[in-house]
Amino acid sequence: MPLALKTYATIAEAGSALKQSDARYLGGGTLVVRATNEGDVSFSTFVRSNDPELSAITVEGGRAMIGASVTMAAIASHSGLKAIAKAARAVGGPAIRNMATVGGNLFAATPYGDFAVALLALGATVHTTEGELGIDEFLAARDGKVVSAVSFAVPTTEKFRFAKVSRIKPKGVSVLSIAALVDVEAGKVKDARIALGCMADRPIRARAAEKALVGATLTEEGVAPAVAAIGEGTRPLTDAVASSWYRGEVLPVHFRRLLLE
Amino acid sequence: MAKVPVQFSLNGEEKAEFVDSGSTLLKVLRDKMGDTSPKGGCLQGTCGSCSVVVDGELRLSCLTLAETCDGADIQTTAGLASDGVLHPLQRAFMDEFAAQCGFCTPGMIMAAKVLLDANPDPTREDVIEALSGNVCRCTGYEPIIRAVLTAARSNSQNAA
Repeated sequence: MPLALKTYATIAEAGSALKQSDARYLGGGTLVVRATNEGDVSFSTFVRSNDPELSAITVEGGRAMIGASVTMAAIASHSGLKAIAKAARAVGGPAIRNMATVGGNLFAATPYGDFAVALLALGATVHTTEGELGIDEFLAARDGKVVSAVSFAVPTTEKFRFAKVSRIKPKGVSVLSIAALVDVEAGKVKDARIALGCMADRPIRARAAEKALVGATLTEEGVAPAVAAIGEGTRPLTDAVASSWYRGEVLPVHFRRLLLE
Repeated sequence: MAKVPVQFSLNGEEKAEFVDSGSTLLKVLRDKMGDTSPKGGCLQGTCGSCSVVVDGELRLSCLTLAETCDGADIQTTAGLASDGVLHPLQRAFMDEFAAQCGFCTPGMIMAAKVLLDANPDPTREDVIEALSGNVCRCTGYEPIIRAVLTAARSNSQNAA
């Protein structure tokens, strides 16, 4: 099937062009060009925008705004985003990180989309051509909206925890990923947002574990109830990397390690 | 099928071609420009054998559309040797037996080149990280890691 690339100056124009059923947004190409290489004929037009605002990172007043075309490599090396750099570095190898974008990661099907797991734990706001919405709501629908940016309060390095587990060292496809924003006050957890990758068809919150963690101390005994609850409501993926059973079995192990690290 | 013009510098030489819209850079380099050094392995972004350097950054040419490289500076393994003299990385890959079937080698060398350009004195861990997107099914990686470290050493000797 013939393909065509259409480039627009603004995200709004690209958004209108995407209303055609045979069009797909081209970010870094690591998902959509891969799809065409695999023989996906459900679309025949790539649409993109080269608006410079889409490639901008601004960190101001404790909040970060990251344009949808910003790459994982740009996030990993940004001086204002050190606390979340490890989540960006967890994606792919160096070449993939030079290409893969924040916007694309939000749409990546499991087992991909490790950075979106981090954004879910951060409680990010997703800016689209049709307005802003919370990331929980965005991921639940994940429909044809065109993402222009994501924004979030930049956490401190101590608050933000992230782990990606893969079976190939040093890098490989996710067995699972866990991102946690844990606010500790006077030795006790005041608030926690925990997000999981590979535990459903898209990143999900671990709400039972979040609840169990509030008021707990980050000790072996303190985290035990949260560790016991971490699998609640999950439907782990089965693929060539790991079975659903395996992912479910190792999730509490890695979650415990992440909390006690 | 609509053809679109694409212009870029390939290993220092200006190139201009009419290509099918939506063509990957890999296809244009190999089929239109006769540079068969980047290899099409998985075409999914998993193996790294198509790795090339675009404006100083390592990219996967199988997932990059040629049209998005208009005006870019592209380097491939085919452009590394000058006047018949191999690049230190190529020399080191030979000396350390870092290639068996050779299919991954051009991608490995470009990934290593980007590393050495940014960090002339890498640690073993730096090398492993830099090559983490490139798959080799023959060597078990050890000779490749050794070759990159050897090339780094020979570079620093040349500079001294």
